[in-house]
Amino acid sequence: MNVPVTMTINGQKYSHEVEPRLLLVHYIREVVGLTGTHVGCDTSQCGACTIHLNGQALKACTMFTVQADGAKITTIEGMAKNGELHPIQQGFWEKHGLQCGFCTPGMIMTAAQILERHPKPTEEQIRHQLEGNLCRCTGYHNIVKAIQWAAEHMPAKK
Amino acid sequence: MATVTEGRLFGKSIKRREDPRFITGRGTYVDDVKLPGMTYAAFVRSPHAHARIKAIDAARARKVPGVIAVYTSQEIKVGGLPCGWMLPGIKVPTRPVLAQGKARYVGEPVAIVIGETPYAAKDGAEAVSVTYEALQGVSDGKKAHQKGAPQLFDEIPSNQCFYWTIGDKAAAEAAFKSAATVVSQPLLNQRLIPNAIEPRACVASHSPATDELTLWVTSQNPHVHRLLMAAFVLAIPETKMRVIAPDVGGGFGSKIFVYNEEVAVSWASRTLKRPVKWTAERRESFLNDAHGRDHVTEAEMAFSREGQITGLRVKTHANLGAYLSTFAPLIPSYLYGPLLSGVYKIPAIFCEVWGMLSNTAPVDAYRGAGRPEATFLLERVMDRAARQLRLDPAELRRKNFIPAFTGGTPYQTPVAFAYDSGDYEPALRRALELSGYEQVRREQTAARQKGRYLGIGVTTYIEACGPAPSAVAGALGAGAGLWESGQVRVDPTGTVTVFTGSHSHGQGHETTFAQIVADELGIPMEQIEVVHGDTARIPFGMGTYGSRSACVGGSAIVKCLDKIKEKGRKIAAHLLEAGEQDLVFQGGTWSVKGSPDKKKAWGEVALMAYLAHNIPQGMEPGLEATSFYDPVNFTFPFGAHVAVVEVDAETGAVTILKYVAVDDVGRVINPMIVDGMVHGGIAQGVGQALWEHGIYTDDGQLLSGTMMDYAMPKADSLPSYVTDRTVTPSPINPLGFKGAGETGTIASTPTIANAVMDALEPFGVRHLDMPLTPGKIWKAVAAAKKK
Repeated sequence: MNVPVTMTINGQKYSHEVEPRLLLVHYIREVVGLTGTHVGCDTSQCGACTIHLNGQALKACTMFTVQADGAKITTIEGMAKNGELHPIQQGFWEKHGLQCGFCTPGMIMTAAQILERHPKPTEEQIRHQLEGNLCRCTGYHNIVKAIQWAAEHMPAKK
Repeated sequence: MATVTEGRLFGKSIKRREDPRFITGRGTYVDDVKLPGMTYAAFVRSPHAHARIKAIDAARARKVPGVIAVYTSQEIKVGGLPCGWMLPGIKVPTRPVLAQGKARYVGEPVAIVIGETPYAAKDGAEAVSVTYEALQGVSDGKKAHQKGAPQLFDEIPSNQCFYWTIGDKAAAEAAFKSAATVVSQPLLNQRLIPNAIEPRACVASHSPATDELTLWVTSQNPHVHRLLMAAFVLAIPETKMRVIAPDVGGGFGSKIFVYNEEVAVSWASRTLKRPVKWTAERRESFLNDAHGRDHVTEAEMAFSREGQITGLRVKTHANLGAYLSTFAPLIPSYLYGPLLSGVYKIPAIFCEVWGMLSNTAPVDAYRGAGRPEATFLLERVMDRAARQLRLDPAELRRKNFIPAFTGGTPYQTPVAFAYDSGDYEPALRRALELSGYEQVRREQTAARQKGRYLGIGVTTYIEACGPAPSAVAGALGAGAGLWESGQVRVDPTGTVTVFTGSHSHGQGHETTFAQIVADELGIPMEQIEVVHGDTARIPFGMGTYGSRSACVGGSAIVKCLDKIKEKGRKIAAHLLEAGEQDLVFQGGTWSVKGSPDKKKAWGEVALMAYLAHNIPQGMEPGLEATSFYDPVNFTFPFGAHVAVVEVDAETGAVTILKYVAVDDVGRVINPMIVDGMVHGGIAQGVGQALWEHGIYTDDGQLLSGTMMDYAMPKADSLPSYVTDRTVTPSPINPLGFKGAGETGTIASTPTIANAVMDALEPFGVRHLDMPLTPGKIWKAVAAAKKK
């Protein structure tokens, strides 16, 4: 019944046999044990489960694990490098872009994609592209500021 | 990170100490807890709003691979879920953990299935077959009162749990008799669904070795959970139960209460001798988290010829849902009626509330809890009055303000509350200034000429935080005290652990409480650890709700610090062979006045307290203090909010052009954190004004049961906010806090509603019920154009 899958998460290779119906987010959380990726709504509205799959921001509650076979995945745990925060993580800290912290991993992963698309985004662009991520604590004000801060502090693209 | 060398931390926007774990994905929320041998729970829920349960057949479910057990109310024989607030004459329906005989709302748990994996448990739940006999249901609190309405409980006629009044009926009647103008307005305060982004969850683990039950649960108040569950539901000693609320992903009230699921899961763990985990799907949050608001109200206000308010009469049907949630009766009574004086001098008020059962999810405290309902009522009626009296809405408010009272003498309202301190005009003046009120009014006039419809909304509000004192609460029906505990433990090396009964689920206590301690003891924040959320570590605690953490929980910590400093001074004086009164304590050092070289550092005193080699005779060794702080009164923050919106008359769409919030929350520990709470509160209140609505069909089917159907506030439909503060310290607690967690939600709903109605003024539309969706506005405009 179970199906073998192999994928690279945050630079590390994982191989498991999983139920074909196992959602990718449950694989990441329960099987691999990376619990920074959260489940908030089950219907792809809240974005708490956002990860990067082959360079694209994706809601991991919307995909089966078997569909991600062979993929390269980054989760929130893979954003800081060598003990140094990613500028977006730093921005969320500097600008108080989080309160309870539950939506934060998804927000940060989405923000990374926004800044890839728009290295110097306007407030309107940020707000529009955050539409798929819900936060109940911050009213978004400081999340926007955090992403603006990150945009100013991102290293120049090589 | 800031240290003491930078001076006092009070009032500084220190970056949060809890953030590094959250931004790196290392928070520990309940669903992240993993235990060996874990099993998983899923619930079978009623698809009917009202039905007799004829039979439950779990035979097929028990055969599903991976299913361990299925339990119904036949097996789980524990006490019902308690209601923690009794009003005079209240009828409290029995609320079983799993539906017994009848299901009374869609989503009511009927059976629990335990599986080896979450998926197996869900498969099992699908395979449980329940035979229902559907009954007529009723979802509207007022219709539930009508003759012939479906009855939820035989023993509660007309579905009425309570009838409650406050104020002086005769005085109010007299005021209306002699009024020059009467403004009447029926109002709906629609049902909201809290939707903290972390769904509720619990993990129960019973140790056969110690007979101790440990429950990790998404709770705003772990001790209250333990008390209610141990004493009233599970009937086990409190000593045999430990409740841990680790990182909690937002609460907004919905995580105060004791719910069916955590009781069933705890019982199952004790029975199976294995850990059991349950995490709500969002659909389950919609169905079974306690909802908020849901009032049907008739309000009328009497005015003198000069535009002074002379009286207010209110009749409210409060929909409480199918059962009484933990604090349900409190919300539409004592947290509602006493707020009806607002910031205004109102000589006579009379308010009647009918607490009604209906075939809907239970309703309880949701951010603001009663105060938003009262404020929406007052502020909508004030706006209607301004239009009727042809006065500027800001001017009408100013005219009726209670004059400043900041000298310590409280202001007694006609509805029980004695406000601690207030100075309302400066906040309004500042909000008008920041919004460019006069200028925007001119723009509004000019825009109307061009067929653009701008609206300006003004709200001035009062809020009541830190419900208190315990003795009064007890006399009014509380099943709990309303004090808070704190404990400060100094280690021999001088590091300090603060144990607080408050609980942070986004509020940032690990930072703000440490700021207070760092200042008071003169030591760096790095030496201070703040612990919350674990009944095994904290003496007792009432938790966090009602914006009480700083004013009640923070004050308890301050009381501890006083005791610590007093004992430290005695030890330092002894070591320095000086009189206690001759010592100065500054920057973490006690020194002798006039001889600054004669000194003892914090660390030396802490160490000596534990070495006890040389402490005053008769003094106990050690350096720790516990305080239980019971405030003498609520605190009363206030403020003024102004919004500018544009309504597109062609589509009915509302755009918020500007939002200004000027709040007075007393003294502020960390402005960044307070601003953040105000921002979030505004968004939630705007959500109610424009989008959010928990909609049931007349017979009790929930239509807005997922985030696809329930419109949550999103980044692209909100503006950035302008925030500012006036500072009127509260005289009732040591540091002058008033409370900041709910002001945004309380003020923003009427502010936006007033702004939209102001924009629709040219169409002669006087009032629309929330949420003010494009469809509703478009219909109103279209109807007005036809006239």
